[in-house]
Amino acid sequence: MATAVSIAAEREHYLNKEYGIRSWLLTTDHKRIALLYLASITFFFFIGGFFALLIRLELLTPAGDLVQADTYNKLFTMHGVIMVFFFLIPAVPAVLGNFLVPLMIGARDLAFPKINLLSWYCYIAGGILVLHAMLTGGLDTGWTFYTPFSTAFSNTAVVEAGLGVFINGFSSILTGLNFIVTIHRMRAPGLTWSRLPLFLWSHYATSVIMLLGTPVIAITLVLVVLERAFHLGIFDPTRGGDPLLFQHLFWFYSHPAVYIMILPSMGVVSEIVTCFSRKRVFGYYFVAMASIGIAVIGFFVWAHHMFVAGMSLYAALIFSILSYLVAVPSAIKVFNWTATLYKGSVSFSTPMLYAFGFIGLFTMGGLTGLFLAALGIDVHVTDTYFVVAHFHYIMVGGTVMGYLGGMHYWWPKISGRLYPESWGRLAALIVFLGFNLTFFPQFILGYLGMPRRYWQYPPEFQVLNVLSTAGSTILAVGYLLPMVYFLWSMRYGKLADDNPWNAAGLEWKTTSPPPTFNFEETPVVTWEAYNYNELPALEEVRVER
Amino acid sequence: MFDNFPLWPVRASTTAGSVDALYIFLVLLSAFMSVAIFIMITIFALRYRRRAGREAEQIDGSNVLEFTWSIVPLAIFMVIFVWGARIFFLERTPPRGAAEIYVVAKQWMWKLQHEEGQREINELHVPVGRDVRMIMTSQDVIHSFYVPVFRIKQDVIPGRYTTAWFRATRPGTYHLFCAEYCGTQHSGMIGQVVVMEPAQYQAWLTGGAASGSMAANGQSMFLQLGCNTCHRFDTQGRGPDLVGLFGNKVQLEDGRTIAADENYIRESILNPSAKLVSGFKPIMPVFQGLVSEEQLTALVAYVKSLTPQASGAAGSPSLISPGKQPQEPKE
Amino acid sequence: MSDSPAPLALEHTPGLQHHFADMEQQRNASSLGMWIFLGTEIMFFGGMFLAYLVYRMWYFNEFAAGSRTLNLPIGAVNTAVLICSSLTVALSVRAAQLGKRMLLVTLLVLTILFGLVFLGVKAYEWNEKFTEHHVPGYSFHFKQESTEKPVDQGRAQIFFSLYFAMTGMHALHMIIGVGIFGVITWMAWRGRFTPEYHTPVEIAGLYWHFVDIVWIYLFPLLYLIDRRPHG
Repeated sequence: MATAVSIAAEREHYLNKEYGIRSWLLTTDHKRIALLYLASITFFFFIGGFFALLIRLELLTPAGDLVQADTYNKLFTMHGVIMVFFFLIPAVPAVLGNFLVPLMIGARDLAFPKINLLSWYCYIAGGILVLHAMLTGGLDTGWTFYTPFSTAFSNTAVVEAGLGVFINGFSSILTGLNFIVTIHRMRAPGLTWSRLPLFLWSHYATSVIMLLGTPVIAITLVLVVLERAFHLGIFDPTRGGDPLLFQHLFWFYSHPAVYIMILPSMGVVSEIVTCFSRKRVFGYYFVAMASIGIAVIGFFVWAHHMFVAGMSLYAALIFSILSYLVAVPSAIKVFNWTATLYKGSVSFSTPMLYAFGFIGLFTMGGLTGLFLAALGIDVHVTDTYFVVAHFHYIMVGGTVMGYLGGMHYWWPKISGRLYPESWGRLAALIVFLGFNLTFFPQFILGYLGMPRRYWQYPPEFQVLNVLSTAGSTILAVGYLLPMVYFLWSMRYGKLADDNPWNAAGLEWKTTSPPPTFNFEETPVVTWEAYNYNELPALEEVRVER
Repeated sequence: MFDNFPLWPVRASTTAGSVDALYIFLVLLSAFMSVAIFIMITIFALRYRRRAGREAEQIDGSNVLEFTWSIVPLAIFMVIFVWGARIFFLERTPPRGAAEIYVVAKQWMWKLQHEEGQREINELHVPVGRDVRMIMTSQDVIHSFYVPVFRIKQDVIPGRYTTAWFRATRPGTYHLFCAEYCGTQHSGMIGQVVVMEPAQYQAWLTGGAASGSMAANGQSMFLQLGCNTCHRFDTQGRGPDLVGLFGNKVQLEDGRTIAADENYIRESILNPSAKLVSGFKPIMPVFQGLVSEEQLTALVAYVKSLTPQASGAAGSPSLISPGKQPQEPKE
Repeated sequence: MSDSPAPLALEHTPGLQHHFADMEQQRNASSLGMWIFLGTEIMFFGGMFLAYLVYRMWYFNEFAAGSRTLNLPIGAVNTAVLICSSLTVALSVRAAQLGKRMLLVTLLVLTILFGLVFLGVKAYEWNEKFTEHHVPGYSFHFKQESTEKPVDQGRAQIFFSLYFAMTGMHALHMIIGVGIFGVITWMAWRGRFTPEYHTPVEIAGLYWHFVDIVWIYLFPLLYLIDRRPHG
């Protein structure tokens, strides 16, 4: 063991090249920035998760007996704001994307390394503002900030939190900008568009949404902040302002935002499923185009969040039909991933378990989207726990599972270490079971009529709420385990070699961890993506001798 | 269905059955698709698991399959869309002659008023088998009127009216929820809808404190505020004739023609010059800030009563002829 | 390139940044990046333009009345100032291409001066609004002109809310632009730009032109249309 450690210690890579806090806080190495993001989003994930646990604890009983109503309203608001803006949106792109995009295209870094660092500081500045708002009174508008409640009635730190989310938006914009320019301009020789790994197609599509959508929420929040601070009347009904204008502006971003949250994880799943089936993805071109399709059509469905808001009947029809259209590319992807397993050579590694979980749970979540897009049904279930269950299936059953799968898959590349496989599989199973127990009852609760954002509820809803809370405790354990064993592995894990999974992709053609400039020589690509026919079989996970 | 573990609320309106039918179809479809995917993944993963000596077979894809599993889901989605849209049309098209309930939502209570004049707070009594149309507005923030057993929900917005309708089919007492987050006591803004047999409902109506029908109250306000000095009924006054106005088209001075609905009446009281009627001068005073939401709804009810078929079905004193003596104001 | 490459410099160094293969790739990447960023700015301002257009349709009377109270000559002067500044920006890019350092610095300084004039005039205009009681809020009062139709005070406040939001956001972008050009001027003064490398001048110029174009849209929408009351 000592020999292996000293061999690794001799080789210079991005982690040991420089030590000290300045070398991290002033780094422009995309890999270090990815780890800065990893630390910060993990921090926010646990804060948001803690709020979720408090919410579920309160909901164990019908009466409001754990916290006061105002506190509860702040809890679900902060849970939403933190999870959406400070975890789900950055998680895969800012951690895995930042780390892998240059590696996957054979470049030395992203196009704008300093802007990459700036994006992290925007994230941190926004996060500090939001945390401060939280600690000095909280926010109780819901993560959706609907007017006129947020502009004229709430007594909480709307201005500060709004500014915090606004500044954080620049993190998205700058990240997306970096990815697009990098993918366009810095691909290694021979890496044509049709040879790109699907992870990059997903991140490209995600970046388009980040760039076109985030500025709209930015201006919307600015208008809310200005209205509150300077008594403007843009959304004030007593002066002729229209609360629905806010909703249109808000959802114009926030619907595409959910595609920002899911597309990167879909890219991760494509990488994992191919590696652990040892074959090219079924229908590469269709999966790539489906990502673009989701991004484009996703901009035209926003008002399906507003079917009962006071919209015209005919507008509702248009948004309903478009919402069905956007479901088609997602379905295509699910079928293609499943078909990739056919006649493959399938292993049940931890990343693959997460990928299976993703496919199943995303399918269920997506199918429940069909319920919501059906106008007649939406009238009954909108603003109830049905919607809550739907989006948690996609965001937690989908995005988080994809994120965890990706973290496990690329952990050897990122850290140079292997995580303990049995613990990995156990955690994946616990997450899957805990997740379903938490959120499946909520579909039933919603159809039975339990509205969302309710601190207290009628007693007939209790049994299902208890089941849901029980599930959430199990889910929490499932999330804590990887925290523990990833940290453990950084010191005690087996050292990984360049390509422990025998995977395709340029990132595996350099050392684990990579050197600061990624490649000794710029690679020249002469092969198609997912060339598993040219790679050896996955015998066992390879460790460094 | 299952008494101990219900999967849906009781069905108590004419549309509830249609909604549940589509729901059950979607549940079965989703269950089928989820199970199918789960099974396919399981079968493939096990049948093709990694074994020594067997390599994966590189398959690029199949255009036929791709088109099939794009077109077939799309076709199914279109069926669901049309089905859902039809139910939505039903839900959004109140029948003619529906009884009207005016709802004013505020943090954190529901104020409801029947045409006949009964006021209720957080409770709504309705008879079985009668079409009921609610005309709703909020005094402060956005709320949402939600009755799960009727399968109806409609956001209630400050600054305008929104409407919803139902016909109750089953006597009982059911939940009324606020379904749009509105602040501290959002989850306390719960009420009851009490559906009664027609005879019991009549008894309830007459037993309650008589405060005059909404239209009668509106007429009192109309006189009290001096509206009748310009909107005269005997000769052409300085303001447009209101008899027969509601429900018909109005020609505006800027050339537009619009329908005189509740929102138009409300806006014209609060902001008269916004939609100036062709041929009239903009001299009507602005009543923004001078009338409460309840007073506004009473005025609206009165103006509606001046068009004979405009408001409710049998049982409500809808038409108040302009020549009649006004009642004592009951505000 | 196959040797261990030099470490990335942390401060901005003119010339090739080491993660790029060559100057052309660097230039293309920077240019594409700025164009994409300007696209995001279009979406950003777009939200406010949308709100303005919607309310203008609904509250035509109040918005036209509000437009009429805006100081047209002042607005026109500001428009001319900005167009001149775009000229100096374009000329400065040319000066950089030709390697003429003093000319470049002069033109950049002129651009900054034009920008500051614009901001000064804007401050004067805003001050006018304060004295006229056209600032939305408690002390708002829109004096009724001798127009036929009465103006609703609340709706007039919405016009002025959007006026302040839109011109304020534009002015903020101008301030940032002046700051950026300050940095560029300093760099030019220190001789950092050559005919081969002057990308920062070009992309800063793109930004400035964009802010100018936003004003070109704002000015007619706020000041020019429906100035004359209809009969």
